[in-house]
Amino acid sequence: MKLIIEENADCVADFAARYVARKIAEATDRDKFFVLGLPTGSTPLGMYKRLIEFYNSGVISFRKVKTFNMDEYVGLPRDHPESYHSFMFDNFFRHIDIDPKNVHILDGNTSNHEKECAEYEAKILEAGGIDLFIGGIGPDGHIAFNEPGSSLASRTRIKTLNEDTIQANARFFGGDLSKVPTQALTVGVQTVMDAREVMILITGSHKALALHQAIECGISHMCTVSAMQMHKCATFVADEDATLELKVKTVKYFKGLMALHRKLVEF
Amino acid sequence: MEQTRIKFDSDLLNKQFVENQLVQFVNCSVLRENGLRKEHVWVRNGRILDEKSVFFEEKKLADVQIDCSGLILSPGFIDLQLNGGFGIDFSTYNSNDEDYKRGLKLVAKQLLSHGVTSFAPTVITSTPATYHTVLPLVERSNASEEGAGILGAHLEGPFICSDKRGCHPEQLVVKSLGSNPAETIEQVYGNTKNIAIVTIAPELEGAQEAIKYLVSAGATVSVGHSSAKLETGETAVMSGARMITHLFNAMQSYHHRDPGLIGLLTSSKISSAQPLFYGIISDGIHTHDSALRIAYHTNAEGLVLVTDAIAALGMSDGVHKLGTQTIHVTGLEAKLDGTNTTAGSVASMPYCIRHLIKATGCSIEFALRSATHKPATLLGITGEKGTLDVGRIADFVLIDENIDVKATFCSGSRVFLQ
Repeated sequence: MKLIIEENADCVADFAARYVARKIAEATDRDKFFVLGLPTGSTPLGMYKRLIEFYNSGVISFRKVKTFNMDEYVGLPRDHPESYHSFMFDNFFRHIDIDPKNVHILDGNTSNHEKECAEYEAKILEAGGIDLFIGGIGPDGHIAFNEPGSSLASRTRIKTLNEDTIQANARFFGGDLSKVPTQALTVGVQTVMDAREVMILITGSHKALALHQAIECGISHMCTVSAMQMHKCATFVADEDATLELKVKTVKYFKGLMALHRKLVEF
Repeated sequence: MEQTRIKFDSDLLNKQFVENQLVQFVNCSVLRENGLRKEHVWVRNGRILDEKSVFFEEKKLADVQIDCSGLILSPGFIDLQLNGGFGIDFSTYNSNDEDYKRGLKLVAKQLLSHGVTSFAPTVITSTPATYHTVLPLVERSNASEEGAGILGAHLEGPFICSDKRGCHPEQLVVKSLGSNPAETIEQVYGNTKNIAIVTIAPELEGAQEAIKYLVSAGATVSVGHSSAKLETGETAVMSGARMITHLFNAMQSYHHRDPGLIGLLTSSKISSAQPLFYGIISDGIHTHDSALRIAYHTNAEGLVLVTDAIAALGMSDGVHKLGTQTIHVTGLEAKLDGTNTTAGSVASMPYCIRHLIKATGCSIEFALRSATHKPATLLGITGEKGTLDVGRIADFVLIDENIDVKATFCSGSRVFLQ
């Protein structure tokens, strides 16, 4: 497991974008599709912005990229501004040259959620598995909508959101709790674990405890992202603020490796 | 099919798109409700598409990407008051219908170079015979490579106040609508089908009833060329008038105890649900910059740019016609023969937009909206024109920050290139 510690959120976004861009470029050079798992939310926004800049300046193309998003609300219209379809389209897909046929987002408006989720897993397999799954984490250490208590062996399925998440999301729905979706389709922890690589972005002091639990405590289904400790190639990219609850020893160790880690994003 | 990416000025755009071809305009600042956005505009079969549906449902990439070189992409300009241009005067009927239509077409075609994609040909105070002959020829049309679309005629007169006639011929002014205004209107204009806007002086006998009648016939009524007091103006608005014609011009000056029509800008009787618009000639001559600023600061939402341009628009200095009147043009000034009376303008719409920004310090978005979305709202045609929303006709312009028109597109096809 790697921990990259960057100065601030912008530097985290830049590191993540460079890492992704380099991976895509390497795969494209070999004429191979690169399969990305993608998150929504404020943390990855900066990364998407940088990737769009790279695309606009001709550094990368997304023609040989397939994407699978982590989750989507159940029952929220696709065109609702808070849907993850809208988020991905407005903040990323509309600005780049990805073929819409290669974009996959769970459909939260089907009549048969079980079927939708099973098909999603099948499509990931069909694409050859996910090369790099990028995720954020919640203050309680959840990855995708795998809230505390989710099985670490879980796969794509319907989940009921916990009260904290619903309340936190109310701000996106005019503060009206009754308008916040209470269910979501989400990839499981095991779905993320199956990816060849995982990169977790984490910024801000309010996520510091989550990072501490994720990497300094044991694996626990009460902090689902801690499962990444068992992943053979997982990278956490954090800003200084997110490291506030880590041991000095941990921080010093990983900072000592930064010269090496910088090489990962050279291009 | 492999996607092609071409520059907006490519020769490949000389021909029209084939049916169902999916066209994406990229690398542009698009005028949206929330300002200029670095977004794309998708067009198919001449209409603006919902790109999200194309992406998630049709899962299609555009067949053609058009690189707009970072220019501003604005809806095509709409001019609600244009007397003519390029040597043609809409109030003059010379010999036959074909000749008149040719003139109309010529202006419509030339307007594309000004980024104007819709306009209301304006006929000043004329004889009933002229209205009867000319009106049927001013048929509504959509913009195409043939020229800017016609929104219907703007009839400025003859029911106006003689004292405020400006350069309109005095002998043709009709000072009363009589006891049966509807009948008078039909007698003077003939069929009202092709009328978009009528400028009327609300203080005339029978004017209020005339306004109601015109509104019921589907016309937009504008008050102007008038000595009306504020109260009369307010009554006109209650009767259905929605606009003031070339604010400050051909109306009583503002007096703090007797505000006249200009007072409508701050009238407490006008509801925000049905706002009042006013045309304004922002050429630095018809309206002093200080007056532009007063209008902008007191009632920004109602401001609609009109050129009020005459036959001399796009022509050189010299002697030109406006109806039966002779006009002398020097630079941007047009004066009635032998007088100091300002006649219509010779400023183009891009010039007026540019000048409004310079004079008032308003945003480029505001100025553009005053020549696109607002006039469309006034005429109730925003479902088709004046915005770049999904489903609208793809009439738009590519301009730089200086409002220099680089290209004009009608129904998605390029119809003008600088």
